Amino acid sequence: MADERKLCLSGTGITKVFGIGRNKTTAVNHVDFNFYEGEIISIVGESGSGKTTLAKMLLGLINPTEGEIYFQGVKRDISSHRKKKEYWKNIQAIFQDPFSSYNIFRKIDSVLLDCIHMRGGRGLPYDQKVELMTEACRFVNLKFDELTNKYPFELSGGQQQRLMIARIFLLKPQILLADEPTSMIDACSRATILDMLMQLRDEIGMTPIFITHDIGLAYYVSDTVYIMEKGEFVEKGSADEVILHPKEPYTRRLISDVPKIYEEWDLSTV
Amino acid sequence: MSDAILEVRELTTKYITRFQEDVYAVDHVSLKVEEGKSLGIAGESGCGKSTLALSLMGYYFPPLHYTSGEIIIDGQNISGMKPDDVRKSILGKEIAYIPQAAMNALNPTQKVIDFIEHVIEAHNPSATKNEIYDLAKRLFEALGLPAEVLQKYPVELSGGMKQRTVIAISVLLSPLVLIADEPSSALDVTSQKMVIKMLRNLMDKGYIKAMIFITHELPLLYNVTDDIMVMYAGQVVEMASAEKAVFDPLHPYSKGLMGSIIVPEEGLRDVKLTAIPGVPPNLKKPPSGCRFAARCKYVQAECTATSIPLRDIGNGRAYRCIFSEAELREKYDREARNNG
Repeated sequence: MADERKLCLSGTGITKVFGIGRNKTTAVNHVDFNFYEGEIISIVGESGSGKTTLAKMLLGLINPTEGEIYFQGVKRDISSHRKKKEYWKNIQAIFQDPFSSYNIFRKIDSVLLDCIHMRGGRGLPYDQKVELMTEACRFVNLKFDELTNKYPFELSGGQQQRLMIARIFLLKPQILLADEPTSMIDACSRATILDMLMQLRDEIGMTPIFITHDIGLAYYVSDTVYIMEKGEFVEKGSADEVILHPKEPYTRRLISDVPKIYEEWDLSTV
Repeated sequence: MSDAILEVRELTTKYITRFQEDVYAVDHVSLKVEEGKSLGIAGESGCGKSTLALSLMGYYFPPLHYTSGEIIIDGQNISGMKPDDVRKSILGKEIAYIPQAAMNALNPTQKVIDFIEHVIEAHNPSATKNEIYDLAKRLFEALGLPAEVLQKYPVELSGGMKQRTVIAISVLLSPLVLIADEPSSALDVTSQKMVIKMLRNLMDKGYIKAMIFITHELPLLYNVTDDIMVMYAGQVVEMASAEKAVFDPLHPYSKGLMGSIIVPEEGLRDVKLTAIPGVPPNLKKPPSGCRFAARCKYVQAECTATSIPLRDIGNGRAYRCIFSEAELREKYDREARNNG
């Protein structure tokens, strides 16, 4: 069955070592993964488990020390800036902190215009571009005419995160890496953001990869969950399997650390 | 007269913007925290949770201004006091506060022990260095923090450790009430649990007499506090015991909030998270009547006509809605049936 699904991102023996000599730290240690198209993936781990380092490698922001990343079965080539730009048409990211994700000197319409240009819409008449931007803003419940002359920092955290999703809507990447997309915003906006990401997935058929420490969120959204501990995947499988019947003690601990409402929350384990 | 450690009556505070507009971020809020109890404050960003925390401490620095109401801590009314007096005699001793960005609250150029020395010297100039060190060491060890932390710089500590250090420092002067404003929202689940355990410890071992815990994470509130107060647009919309607030909310807004809970338990994937549509009202011009009306599913014409009082229905429960308890329950039941 696995053969029927199309591979979208895979890697073998991905390793990242920071520092040299005595200060050597292995942030990511020989991880292998196969992400298939259309499935929702979550990578869960504590702070310092190497999740973000892995995300940066997937995005091509840093190079792995060892190992190769394959995009749609083909070895990824990001040796030049031009090739990197080409690669970024396929993979985009939403970061944890929306406040520091934007260029503070650029207004919102220029942020969105950039996305249209990146998709090859440079030659379009301006009216059509505005139409596209309005549509993207409508998708995330923002009003484009109210935003045109504003800077991203004039918006609230939730609005900025939604604007990020509007960017993704325009860019239509194949893979979306969401690095803790909801940890900085409050619980009520969280549901909205997750709903939008899911809707976006259905609409443009992208593969979302969630990177999070919130195992509840991972369980809610994803099909496949990877649990990461100290730079290694210690457990992977379908969300139901991993979260309801965890095998590894580490997974069990992560789950027990989340505050529960239907079960007793045992505080004695830390 | 009361046995409450902290009592607030009809507290109203406002921000004055640079265009001289009044923004009432805390609007006639009354609350009571008894000895040994903890109160949780829930609500979305911008609903006035943090402003309430600052107001409770008498921390009125522009643009925040005191308007009316009373704050009584242990029988002493602090509402009319000058901010400077409050800082000298109330902060730290009566009320301690853990700010949202507690991780950045430590001075990066000072060791933790130097920081503690400054805190204690400011309140008790006669204390010697050795005394302070012993006191700090005893406190840290009682709270489960290694004493080596004292000799470290903040950059050498992890996020969770920094947070716990700040909490330990906040109870140095044995305050009566501790206000924790989102103490764990920047931490991962394991460090969060340690922080929660520490806060519980403080209550159990009697370092503090009462606690106010502010967060938007409802499962956390449910596990930590005895009572929950839900705020919306500067007003209290519901007050109930933690159990009732989570499993049996009355106000449509609290109902919506409870619908956004994510816990890794069986059945979560079958539930559709309910996001509350719309955005909170602009507090520069708050709508007349119910402030939640524009986002409420059950809105009626009367909702926006007159201002709606907080209904007290006994057992420490109160809510702000035109519908009676029975009417609301009926609506929720019908909706639950419609959703299958």
